[in-house]
Amino acid sequence: MQAFEYIDAKTVSEAVALLDDKGEKARILAGGTDLIVQAREGRRTLDWMIDIKSIPEVNALDYDSETGLTLGAAVPCYRIYDDDAICNAYPGLVDATKIIGGTAIQGRAGVGGNLCNASPAADCIPPLIVLNAICVIAGPNGLSEISVEEFCTGPGQTALAKGEMLVSLKLPAPQQNSSSYYLRFIPRNEMDIAVVGAGASVTLDEAKERIVSARIALGAVAPTPLFAEEASALLSDREISDDAIDEAAQAAQAIARPISDMRGTSEQRTHLVGVLTRRALNGAIQRVKDTA
Amino acid sequence: MARKSHVQTTINGETVEFLCEPRQSLLEVLRDELHLTGAKEGCNNGNCGACSVILDGRLVNSCLVLGAEIDGKSVETIEGLAEPDKLHPIQDAFLENAALQCGICTPGFIMSAKALLDKNPNPTEHEVRYWLAGNLCRCTGYDKIVRAVLDAAAAT
Repeated sequence: MQAFEYIDAKTVSEAVALLDDKGEKARILAGGTDLIVQAREGRRTLDWMIDIKSIPEVNALDYDSETGLTLGAAVPCYRIYDDDAICNAYPGLVDATKIIGGTAIQGRAGVGGNLCNASPAADCIPPLIVLNAICVIAGPNGLSEISVEEFCTGPGQTALAKGEMLVSLKLPAPQQNSSSYYLRFIPRNEMDIAVVGAGASVTLDEAKERIVSARIALGAVAPTPLFAEEASALLSDREISDDAIDEAAQAAQAIARPISDMRGTSEQRTHLVGVLTRRALNGAIQRVKDTA
Repeated sequence: MARKSHVQTTINGETVEFLCEPRQSLLEVLRDELHLTGAKEGCNNGNCGACSVILDGRLVNSCLVLGAEIDGKSVETIEGLAEPDKLHPIQDAFLENAALQCGICTPGFIMSAKALLDKNPNPTEHEVRYWLAGNLCRCTGYDKIVRAVLDAAAAT
């Protein structure tokens, strides 16, 4: 592997000062499951790896049923799916953390790193979008916040400016009668990159017969994960029906602009957007119905 | 060349100190600096699991950890499993079930199985197969490995 300096940063301000000073040649090391591979394969040249795992804020995992979830940028997947309260509150996010790599990857890789790596096919990003996650960013001028759907700007590209790092994600507390779901299509059973991924969250009425509101997000069908805004809006205040879900699925297909590559053709991916959107919506609705 | 890091860590229960370059992975440190060659380099990018070790109680791919990162942490490798006169029950079960042929994946599978059984002493076959999905074997077709892990669970 190329030579670089390793720094174990102890505070957010120390990491930010280093990033601001070193610029493009410094990268944040969290789980390392993308960054170390990129450095080894020479896909990313860097002079500094700034390990943030000694910083308390990036290890935070605090859930409160009133205020929601604070998810530190370096929290690995296993800490999320090992937490019963988080599994109940944000099942769509948990779906993604359980299918990123195998057990050994999930011991290191986290949601924050998955977001910052900004792969169009990242499994965590569609569920973060449907769960209304907010990115808390530290930079030379202090803290700022943006919504997660604004974070990715292209393959491997993010809204982070020079000197900025992701500190945590904030997820609002789930509403009554709501749930979420994420799934992807891969040609194997496990251990693969999404051909298409789809996430959905729904809030139902008291009787669980009408959709009050819904959010749909798609992965691997555009340069960045997409929030399917029109498809989501179509489901506002609608009775649960196959027709309503089909309409939303078609609207989701309309915004997909996938490429053809070794994982699948554009036509197949567009078809899969319809299938997976329906399954994600029905999965989220079923989860609401299954809770007493 | 980057400045070397001085690292103090616990490996298989013993305090170990070493110097390493920041670019050296934990796998390289184990094999090249500490001469613990049980963990194997397969793909060197996190796909095959041949380098699996347990870091602070969690299974990790040692090729995707920097040696410099393990200061103050605790590492378990395949070398720490057997007692001087007795194999670990998972090792016995691999032998009894002929769960290996060429053997290069075996240390990784056994460490992965140990991490599973430490957390879940009575896994279902389904749980074993999902847990081991990050360990690849080109010889056995996996079935004997899965049976060995289930046997080890039953024996302990």
